[in-house]
Amino acid sequence: MRPFTYERVSTPAAAAAAALARPGAKFIAGGTNLLDLMKLEIETPPHLIDVGPLGLDTIEEMEDGGLRIGALVTNTDLASHDRVRRDYGVLSRAIVAGASGQLRNRATTAGNLLQRTRCPYFYDTNQACNKRKPGSGCSAIGGVSRQLAVIGVSDSCIATHPSDMAVAMRLLDARIETVTAAGETKVIPIAEFHRLPGDQPHIDTTLPPGDVITAVTLPRPLGGTHVYRKVRDRASYAFALVSVAAVVQSDGTGRVAFGGLAHRPWRVETAEAALPRGATAVADLALAGAQATEENRFKVTLAERTLAAALSDARR
Amino acid sequence: MVGSATAALTAVSSADAQAPLSEPAPTLMSVSLEVNGASQSLEIDTRTTLLDLLREHLHLTGTKKGCDHGQCGACTVIVDGQRINACLSLAVMNEGAKVTTIEGLGQPGDLHPMQAAFIKHDGYQCGYCTPGQICSAVAVLDEIRAGVPSHVSASLMDRPRVTNEEIRERMSGNICRCGAYSNIAEAMAEVAGGRA
Repeated sequence: MRPFTYERVSTPAAAAAAALARPGAKFIAGGTNLLDLMKLEIETPPHLIDVGPLGLDTIEEMEDGGLRIGALVTNTDLASHDRVRRDYGVLSRAIVAGASGQLRNRATTAGNLLQRTRCPYFYDTNQACNKRKPGSGCSAIGGVSRQLAVIGVSDSCIATHPSDMAVAMRLLDARIETVTAAGETKVIPIAEFHRLPGDQPHIDTTLPPGDVITAVTLPRPLGGTHVYRKVRDRASYAFALVSVAAVVQSDGTGRVAFGGLAHRPWRVETAEAALPRGATAVADLALAGAQATEENRFKVTLAERTLAAALSDARR
Repeated sequence: MVGSATAALTAVSSADAQAPLSEPAPTLMSVSLEVNGASQSLEIDTRTTLLDLLREHLHLTGTKKGCDHGQCGACTVIVDGQRINACLSLAVMNEGAKVTTIEGLGQPGDLHPMQAAFIKHDGYQCGYCTPGQICSAVAVLDEIRAGVPSHVSASLMDRPRVTNEEIRERMSGNICRCGAYSNIAEAMAEVAGGRA
């Protein structure tokens, strides 16, 4: 790990100002992803800004019936919260499908959204990776790609977003509240938060550098039956090959989002209209234009079948 | 011995001379926290993880370094009542925290019930993962009592129960390459039953 200086900040605006003052600085909250990457020298920030003292660890009811989740609420606390379990079950289910108990105790809501890909070529500093080192190429294309993206890919990158939580957040139309160094607050709908790789795969999100996430809000509950179905290489503590988050209403309509397929949680709203006609109809629309490799072509079929299983779960 | 020590010193200084100028010098910071009930104040490199603080600075070597990347659970300790991977937390992030390690759970002659149950049920072979397993096991039973749901909980609204399936899912962040899992689950079930 490279040496770095470290400071604690007490307000979100002070955090953003500290980042502005120190180019290359990184915020650290739970640290479960960033420290791993710093040990491997994939991330080499000269300065860390510890946002832990900001608090931001409460979940509040909003007037419209929604929830405002502090950026530093841990994954465990979010999944365990009474209102989340009752009204946003797909979010609880997605969170407990990811990582381990130890990691969920420290991983935060904002940190989870900002976690970086687990593409093995991003992690191996001997390999070319446009996400880690812009312009160096992509060893994953033509390499071992079984885990990697099948849709929304580019000639520069076929990495996936690793989060389970973010898939449920995308399904629920979460909104991300941020603060700039000037103290200005902004809101980014999650549909616009995670980027596709394009020719700039080193930029994961549309969050401007230095801006601080203060909260994630959820609109009022959707009702319906909530399902999160995850397929992975072992029964627990593994990233998704494919996951499906779904909220299905009694009349068969609903929403669907996929994890493990793309550089961001994959939701195609126009495909959701086909839900009453079943999984194949939805998957055909949602995954139209998929560009799988020989090694990960199975994910296209697996996504449809995982959706079918999720819809079957929802009818139980 | 003298010769090799000199060679080592020479190697270090020549490596220093070749270090890029942009590489910042290590930064020292003070941190105060409570470990197993005792207050500790130390001056440490900011890069020091909680795991390295425990092992290298406080010589509490019960907590083990396995993968050092949060994948194996050997470094699991309990911080402010919650189990975490000590390898993925900087020591300076734990200012004011209360840390419990395997040494703080119990000692020979005064074992924690979970330590005694691991012995009774033969919940280990080589023992390397065991301190992390035991810290995790103690915290898992607390998490179930607190109503934290898991991936295998049938309902999100019913209180989770201590079943073999729940134990196995919740312990998945602790790897045991000797494969003592079934005995670990039995030890945990006994402790849970004894307390219920």
